[in-house]
Amino acid sequence: MASSLDPHAVIVTEAGSVSEGPLTTADGQPLQKALARSSRAARRRAFWLVAPLLAFIVITFVIPIGQLLYRSVHNDGFSANMPEISAWFAVTEPGTAPDEAAFTALAADLLAASEARSIGTVGTRINYDVPGTRSLFTSTGRQVRRGIEPPYQAALLEIDAEWGDAEIWAAMRGASTPYTDGFYLASVDRTRDIDGNVTMVAEHRQVYVMLFLRTLWLSGLITALTFLLGFPVAHLLATLPMRKSNLLMILVLLPFWTSLLVRTSSWMVLLQQQGVVNDLLVWLGVIDDGGRLAMMYNQAGTIIAMTHILLPFMILPLYSVMRTINPAYVRAARSLGATSWTAFRRVYFPQTLPGLGAGALLVFILAVGYYITPALVGGSSGQLISNMIAEHMTGTLNWSMAAALAAILLAGVLILYWVYDRLVGIDNLKLG
Amino acid sequence: MTTGSRDADFVVFDHVQKSYDGQVLVVKDLNLTIARGEFLTMLGPSGSGKTTCLMMLAGFETATHGEIRLGGRNINQVPPHKRGIGMVFQNYALFPHMTVGENLSFPLEVRGLSRSDRAERVRRALDMVQMAGFETRRPAQLSGGQQQRIALARALVFDPELVLMDEPLGALDKQLREHMQFEIKALHERLGITVVYVTHDQSEALTMSDRIAVFNDGRIQQLATPSELYERPQNSFVASFIGENNALGGTIASLDGDKATVRLSNGEIIDATAVNIREVGQPTTVSIRPERVEFKPGMMAEGAHTIDAEVADVIYMGDILRARLKVAGQEDFVMKFRNTLGQTKLSAGEHIRVGWHPQDARALDPV
Repeated sequence: MASSLDPHAVIVTEAGSVSEGPLTTADGQPLQKALARSSRAARRRAFWLVAPLLAFIVITFVIPIGQLLYRSVHNDGFSANMPEISAWFAVTEPGTAPDEAAFTALAADLLAASEARSIGTVGTRINYDVPGTRSLFTSTGRQVRRGIEPPYQAALLEIDAEWGDAEIWAAMRGASTPYTDGFYLASVDRTRDIDGNVTMVAEHRQVYVMLFLRTLWLSGLITALTFLLGFPVAHLLATLPMRKSNLLMILVLLPFWTSLLVRTSSWMVLLQQQGVVNDLLVWLGVIDDGGRLAMMYNQAGTIIAMTHILLPFMILPLYSVMRTINPAYVRAARSLGATSWTAFRRVYFPQTLPGLGAGALLVFILAVGYYITPALVGGSSGQLISNMIAEHMTGTLNWSMAAALAAILLAGVLILYWVYDRLVGIDNLKLG
Repeated sequence: MTTGSRDADFVVFDHVQKSYDGQVLVVKDLNLTIARGEFLTMLGPSGSGKTTCLMMLAGFETATHGEIRLGGRNINQVPPHKRGIGMVFQNYALFPHMTVGENLSFPLEVRGLSRSDRAERVRRALDMVQMAGFETRRPAQLSGGQQQRIALARALVFDPELVLMDEPLGALDKQLREHMQFEIKALHERLGITVVYVTHDQSEALTMSDRIAVFNDGRIQQLATPSELYERPQNSFVASFIGENNALGGTIASLDGDKATVRLSNGEIIDATAVNIREVGQPTTVSIRPERVEFKPGMMAEGAHTIDAEVADVIYMGDILRARLKVAGQEDFVMKFRNTLGQTKLSAGEHIRVGWHPQDARALDPV
């Protein structure tokens, strides 16, 4: 009763009923539009502020990755220089045996490419798929230029009997279009046979799947090791008095500030057969002089050196999370009747998970793509997929292959990130 | 059995000393006996040793010297999780990764109770703090007052006989704090538990406690009921720490039993009750509560000494008026008087004479 007599109450209810329908400004313009206009200038200014960074990211990150993905499916080294045989491949079914028309086209292309001096590019492209065939193209090209007579099938086979090899024809068919999935197939140790079916490559050439698996396994192991070693250190850092924890922090960070190469080389000094660790073990009588441990140029070397180098990436996120955990939580758990182990397991450890997740993700992703350390101390059993990518970049110059391997690695990391997001939630990630 | 004596000395601190660095004693020779069912508050400024005492009782700190007994048993070497003491922490310390229900069932789980027993106890504990239906919430989804209730429920859910509270209401706003004071007090009475409560808020201590131990400098300055503490402080620290207080410095002019007169620095004589005074001529601080100061001659005791005062200002505070006076050369002498109908109006610059009942002026040790 009292409220209905209150004049303010009436006004409030009237104002409430007016607010139905789209809102407008005082002079009748739609409110949405007015808001957009009033904030446009601020938005433009904000855009110019981030524009340099945007340009930097596009130039150094988006474009190169796009290039890389493009290269992994595109290679016109063969198709651009061998148009006639490519045309013949286009109109015939996979598995068709090369006839006289095919050899005629091949001879014409070889002649043209040889004269245009692009025969080397062609040979290199086929050499990716069938090793040792580059010289087949260049030498045949030279002979064709000296002049050959039809029938071309017989003539070419006389120059080199390898021209009858079905494997080469399958490789040429695969390379006859500029866009190909061949490099991805090769990255998982597969290829297309003469009939166009996907098959495994010869056993002695199956390396990539094994390398991918080894990379995942070693990265997982190294992540687990950094966790085991880093967790107590991070806890110590977070709980020691300031002066001592600062000193410890410097000890953790000091290797971080040292050149990667220096750190890896010092591991070489320590771990080699005549190195410090072996000398010490021999001196202590743990092993005899003949039984010196091989801790270098194998997987053990890669694991030891990479665990050490990646340790700070585990410790720092863990530390930053642990520092924020109020010691009262563990005390509360203890006062409620939990033993110190239960208090750790049920109360302390779950609260470190955001840091652990961040650290593990960081270490794992870094380890998956690590290159220098395995290259220096890994020997042959400690090589990772990144070393193979580098080999293709700088050694065989098969950039398409390197791109395909790198793209698979990138996809793997993205999948891992997605799985992490689904399991733990990326919001729970705490890097510092 | 000696349950009778056990009840009176349920918790005993026996000559307890504590030092963290081997150079400074944080707790100096603490002797304190707490009876079963008592609500005892440890009150003192920060750094006075009260929290250290609580932590020693909870088991998170070890006594450097002396013995702490719980129910007649020496618990110096008993780890915290075997003491069976409930504890409410300053910022509640509710486990953020567990729901309210999981928080409450944690102490029951580690004690190996069955699932159905746990559910029943959790439900009862939540009912007790009027938080039924909040089992599935996370602590972060609760308001400060609600978190406080859950922390209380968690400390009580396993039926401890002794509950420690470490400034549990410090983070709440004033109104909520007063409400929770009342609720904690009501719970204490209903459950018959023993509570040791640590605070630096004297009004909280006065409203809730059966007895208050005032800490300063690692020692208990006075252990008494709230009214005793307020009305008969034993030394200047207690007098100034509890409530508002006027302190006048002077020397003892005459001493007759507990009746004394004190000569102030400007030569005026006032009446006082001697508390820890031994001889004439001894320097002293006279402590007088502002609400016991009178300025109307009819209200003063027969033959009481009065002294000159000049009104500096009068602050209107609603239920009372608070006058700041200049007395015996001292600027901040405070007098409080009730805002009644027809109360004498004082104005700044006015000269009046003030006095008090000799019992209300206590001659204590000099500050």
